[in-house]
Amino acid sequence: MSAFKNSGHLFRFALLFVIAFLAFLVLRNFVVPKSFGKFGHYRADAIGDMAAKPLHYAGHEACEACHSDVADMKKAGSHAHVNCEACHGPLANHAADPSITPVLPDTAVLCVRCHAASAAKPKNFPQVSAEDHSNGLPCQTCHKPHSPAITAGGAK
Amino acid sequence: MNLNRRHFLIMLPAAAIAWEHVLAGTPENSPNYNTADHWWGMLIDIPKCIGCGNCVRACAAENDVPDGHFRTWVERYHVTDYDMVNPQVISPDGGKEGFPVAEEDAGKYFFVPKLCNHCADSPCTQVCPVGATFVSPDGVVLIDQTYCLGCAYCVQACPYGCRYIHPEKKVVDKCTLCYHRITKGLTTACCENCPTGARQLADLKNPNDPIHEFLKTHHVQVLKPQMATGAKVFYNELDGSVR
Repeated sequence: MSAFKNSGHLFRFALLFVIAFLAFLVLRNFVVPKSFGKFGHYRADAIGDMAAKPLHYAGHEACEACHSDVADMKKAGSHAHVNCEACHGPLANHAADPSITPVLPDTAVLCVRCHAASAAKPKNFPQVSAEDHSNGLPCQTCHKPHSPAITAGGAK
Repeated sequence: MNLNRRHFLIMLPAAAIAWEHVLAGTPENSPNYNTADHWWGMLIDIPKCIGCGNCVRACAAENDVPDGHFRTWVERYHVTDYDMVNPQVISPDGGKEGFPVAEEDAGKYFFVPKLCNHCADSPCTQVCPVGATFVSPDGVVLIDQTYCLGCAYCVQACPYGCRYIHPEKKVVDKCTLCYHRITKGLTTACCENCPTGARQLADLKNPNDPIHEFLKTHHVQVLKPQMATGAKVFYNELDGSVR
């Protein structure tokens, strides 16, 4: 008498497990992204997705490619290390298409953002109380934003 | 700059070519960027920060950060006398519109810009149940927003409070160290727009990066060093009252 005489149901059950396991493998192949696990427990292509996001700030190198005259003027003054878009705002669209004209920043808002006097700021940073300092005149009456030290003859 | 039509038209193709060059490629197909060659961090020079909020505005514009949420923000500390354990900290709207004027007062004031510390042994990536957040091979903690479930485990795990759930996408969001910029050879939006150079992007694998000399010669600290997160945002002259 064979030991497997009444064991057909066991084989059928085992077959069911094998089919389920194969189905799992097939399904897994479809749902797990191809690049998953290339560098670690994550989708490696996500790195490329991140890197492909659009720019809004072009960076000062892009500005200086055309506006070398302003760059030269700025280099000589105390705003040498203030990059263009820190005041002019995000202008990648202008760098990509120079026919898009940027809005001229408003010095009434801009200058005091950094230079309004406050005890919290580092002592060596130039600060003024706007009301006392300019008597209500706009900053660029005396200071050129690209080279702010006052020279003979005032702003140009 | 005074341009006549002729010069403007001559310069147009040159500008377009320069710009194409800036936009060239993702890390995979850009021959100039290899993830194995970089290990990114940032240097924050506290004595240079004036609290203008330029970094916060630049970050929001570059990365479409929703109002009321921040990938970077600036805190103003006010420590009176010797009371180091109870600093008064304010950060109105993340410092986006600057800070109220401080009258001359007892004690000291200073600004602390904060952002994701891009930890090498990050607690946030360890708790993610689906592998949606990870440390990239070049040392940037990134989020795969197509994989994120929005469970917010990582929001709780971050010891620095750098993560938030995006109100519309319902997935987690945070600083990417402007990964789309640094892989193209540009600096981050916050560093680009910092008027005093208080924030500087640092590539710790680049032997010529000035960060190495700076770290050697200054008193530099990371936030919460006792948590051994491997934080890579280095603060120069960080006060002991900062948490």
